Amino acid sequence: MNALKSIIKYQVHDTFRSKWLVVYTLFFVVLSYGLLSFTNDSNKVILSLLNINMIVIPLTSLIFGTIYLYNNRDYIILILSQPINRKTLFVGLYLGLSVPMVLSFLLGTGLPILIYIRNFKEAGTVLLNLFVGGVFETFIFVSVSFLIATMNENKMKGLGLAIFLWLFFTALYDGLILITLQVLREYPLEIPSIIFTILNPIDLSRLLVILRFDISALMGYTGAVFNQFLGSGFGMIVSIISLAVWCVVPLFFGLKTFSRKDF
Amino acid sequence: MIRAEKLYKKYGALEALKGLDVEIKSNTLTYIVGPNGSGKTTFIKSVLGLVKPTSGNIFVDGTKLNGIYNYRAKIGYMPQIASFPENLSVKEVLTLLKEIRNVNEKFDDELIHLLNLEKEFEKRIKTLSGGTKQKLNAVIAFLFNPQILILDEPSAGLDPVSSSILKDKILKEKNAGKTILFTSHIMSELEELAEEIIFLLEGSICFAGKKDELIAMTGEKNLERAIANLMVGEKV
Repeated sequence: MNALKSIIKYQVHDTFRSKWLVVYTLFFVVLSYGLLSFTNDSNKVILSLLNINMIVIPLTSLIFGTIYLYNNRDYIILILSQPINRKTLFVGLYLGLSVPMVLSFLLGTGLPILIYIRNFKEAGTVLLNLFVGGVFETFIFVSVSFLIATMNENKMKGLGLAIFLWLFFTALYDGLILITLQVLREYPLEIPSIIFTILNPIDLSRLLVILRFDISALMGYTGAVFNQFLGSGFGMIVSIISLAVWCVVPLFFGLKTFSRKDF
Repeated sequence: MIRAEKLYKKYGALEALKGLDVEIKSNTLTYIVGPNGSGKTTFIKSVLGLVKPTSGNIFVDGTKLNGIYNYRAKIGYMPQIASFPENLSVKEVLTLLKEIRNVNEKFDDELIHLLNLEKEFEKRIKTLSGGTKQKLNAVIAFLFNPQILILDEPSAGLDPVSSSILKDKILKEKNAGKTILFTSHIMSELEELAEEIIFLLEGSICFAGKKDELIAMTGEKNLERAIANLMVGEKV
């Protein structure tokens, strides 16, 4: 336990001092502050933040995560030559990267919102869900990136796969669902569409925010199905549990691969 | 003591170790030699638990290695390439390792003074030169007073002064009863340091024994020529 604490502590120190994290935080500050300067409508701001976050957070988490593991390979070897469990090191590296990224997102997006907090009086829960979604996205995609980097020795292959996965979940996936729903329109598709949504963590995070909006037109087909079948409250619980599963499963397989891997 | 029994390691179709049977006695300075790709690093990494053998067993002081990690408290390792988180300071890296090992006293910090590393303590790793990082690597290997020292090309990247300080330190530790295992391509280093030689060729042992035995066996006048002789496979 002490070793885990030390690994996390020093990895967090290392990540916090890196320039890219400063740039990442500034990006959120500029985005959040910029949107808030344009309009007083909190719903518009939250939706714009949601749409941009759902593109930027998965991409940066995937890229930073894979590069981080590849670049630290010799350091990993040095630490593994110490009396330490491989699982401890893996979890330590994971939290050492994801926690600063989460804090950077919360701080960058949150600070400008705090300045304009009077605009968000009636949007408390939606705002909270926006942050919960962003936090989950970071943990999920860093976890996926660690799985990719431990499974692929080749850095270029790993990075290519990370970018492809990002493209798949942000763009291709929704297109494929639309085609599937269109082709199978003769059949009842409510349950499959719920399953499709659960299988994409980005859609899940989006749903988390959208379920809190009262404007059903914003929900899209899957949002409406979620709302209709599961209700807004239960739908939220299903989304959060699915997001948690999305964090744990890649991390678990990453951990297994890391434990067996040759360095 | 380190003992390997029928150690095999395959990387896909490539067989890096082919049934290695070897024993490294306590309180000896053993040099592992062999051409590139002969399995030296794979063997060292197997002892450290960094590489999982395909089959066979390794024992360190009688303890069988099967996924355990506590035995590494007895080992100090100096890898060929030094790499640390670049935004941490030298002091933080050393504190991190002390915390991982959960050791708060009895450090062997002689090399820190000898290599004049104190003045670099507050500097971040990314500002250090390659040689200074290698000095830090050496300091880390000796810091916890380990019973076994595994040094992979210890002089690579060090200036002649630091290199001779390190050699003296290796001899000192040997005389203090440590088991030292090292690889090097610098022949003069072998002549000076090695007692036992393990010569690997394509994943198998070609020669294992005392330095003098190897010289006598090959009929050459010194170790450098004896090893060159083995490498070209004239008298095996």
